[in-house]
Amino acid sequence: MGTLSERILHGTAGEYVDRAVDRAYVHDGTGVLTLEAWKSMGERRIQDATHLHVLFDHIVPANNSTTATLQHELREFARSSFLHFSDIGGGICHQIMSEGIVLPGEVIVGADSHSCTLGAFGAFATGVGATDMAAIWMTGGTWFRVPESIGIHLSGTLSGAAEAKDLALTYVSRLGMDGASYQALEFTGEGTAVLPMDDRLTICNLAVETGAKAGMFYADDVTVGYLAMAGHTVKPQEPEPCRYIRELDFDLSDIVPVIAMPPRVDTVKPVHDLAGLPLDQVFVGTCTNGRYTDLARFARIVKGRNVAVRTIVVPASREVLRKAIRTGVLAELVDAGCTIGTPGCGPCLGAHMGVLGEGEVCLSTANRNFKNRMGVGGEIYLSSVATAAASALEGEITEPEVA
Amino acid sequence: MQGKGRAVCVGADIDTDLVIAGRYLRTRDHGVWVEHVFEDLDPSLASRMNGAVIVAGKNFGCGSSREQAAIALSEAGVVAVVAPSFARIFFRNAINVGLPLIESSLTCTEGSPVTFDLAEGWVEADGERYTTRPLSERMQEILAAGGLVNYWRTIR
Repeated sequence: MGTLSERILHGTAGEYVDRAVDRAYVHDGTGVLTLEAWKSMGERRIQDATHLHVLFDHIVPANNSTTATLQHELREFARSSFLHFSDIGGGICHQIMSEGIVLPGEVIVGADSHSCTLGAFGAFATGVGATDMAAIWMTGGTWFRVPESIGIHLSGTLSGAAEAKDLALTYVSRLGMDGASYQALEFTGEGTAVLPMDDRLTICNLAVETGAKAGMFYADDVTVGYLAMAGHTVKPQEPEPCRYIRELDFDLSDIVPVIAMPPRVDTVKPVHDLAGLPLDQVFVGTCTNGRYTDLARFARIVKGRNVAVRTIVVPASREVLRKAIRTGVLAELVDAGCTIGTPGCGPCLGAHMGVLGEGEVCLSTANRNFKNRMGVGGEIYLSSVATAAASALEGEITEPEVA
Repeated sequence: MQGKGRAVCVGADIDTDLVIAGRYLRTRDHGVWVEHVFEDLDPSLASRMNGAVIVAGKNFGCGSSREQAAIALSEAGVVAVVAPSFARIFFRNAINVGLPLIESSLTCTEGSPVTFDLAEGWVEADGERYTTRPLSERMQEILAAGGLVNYWRTIR
């Protein structure tokens, strides 16, 4: 009995527990600090390297020699200490972990706030900082406060031009940027059954933008089928009676295309209200919307036409890129005038390629639109893939047409 | 643990991009983070961090997990951060680098003295005393050790 968080963490909401973690991962950004903290702690033995991952995604390839040197040291360490290592071009850490590594019921920690993405598999997945991660390297576990959970009950199906991203932005606006602080979101109800894994990953990805510790779906037939493709045999998780601290209902058929206004993810308006706003850049990608289905949806809309504004498309992983090449989606994007980036986070965090100039406006499929995030003086609007595609064709914010 | 400092007032929902921007993260020189702390919020704040108690609105430290945000504040000489609530990753990070956090809704007067006692669970500003939510036992141990690195080096 209990929420999924309580069942996986073996505790009651509010209780502090020590738990071994099943997978722990860092990227090139947080990994450098983790290595530094681990060394400061006395370079003690790595407890068990078989469940530790280092994945380069934030600044790939390195943008200058300082970054390259930091990455070199982390790369050498990962290899010599036998941590699983994914070099530049492999893709975004959360995406790679979602490609047949994370399983239902596991405890997953990533040194990145969007580690909550992996709750889509019915895992308890959450972000930690670098020093916490260094201790996890040493001990194989960490402490958690078992969160209270907010039940988000879904019914109906997405219709019209609405996407999972529109639901995600809508629930963030309903809860607010701290509406789920220290808590977990559990997505339940008949509406979940029709959502493919890619949609669930997008929905869980935004959980942290409400302050949530985790966003989770129960593993069901969709999860079982997805993981079977990766060679895993897993069982569905049956919901049990449990106590939610708060409950929200969403009828998916009511969801409409929306946009989050800078500089807050919870300030959301219908695309309709912003139509005509001129754009300088469109960015499609990230751990939110850089998966194959996203690239294919974008290509389907821009195919045979030319984008009217500079458009950067960054596949979430090498696997995504490979599939986009195989199916012809990549050629359609290139033919439409899109610029393709190395699989990874791309310009989302404003640390390298694709940053904005003073006064420029970007429509992005990412998850954060904070002040100056993609460049000093630049503004970020967040949308679904279909809205980004329709807008890229017009060079201004444009309502997507019904597919 | 007791402490005191001068109040520096900031708003609600201050994200870690605002504490230290992504463009400054890739370095091992912590001085860079100290120099550019809060640059995108108010460039004049960096020079006022030494001896400061930051008094913020709700949800301080939301967004990115970047520990550089907590390190920047700590190494810039911030004594503590007071806010009605903190984003959870920042909360852990701050305690792990030895930066005290105090959960309290304080009325902030810029530059006025703020004193606190974590063990007794109070913070005082402008002659008014507020009780605070105590840190968990584990967090108090980590903080008392001066952060998680020292905790593992000394206590465990």
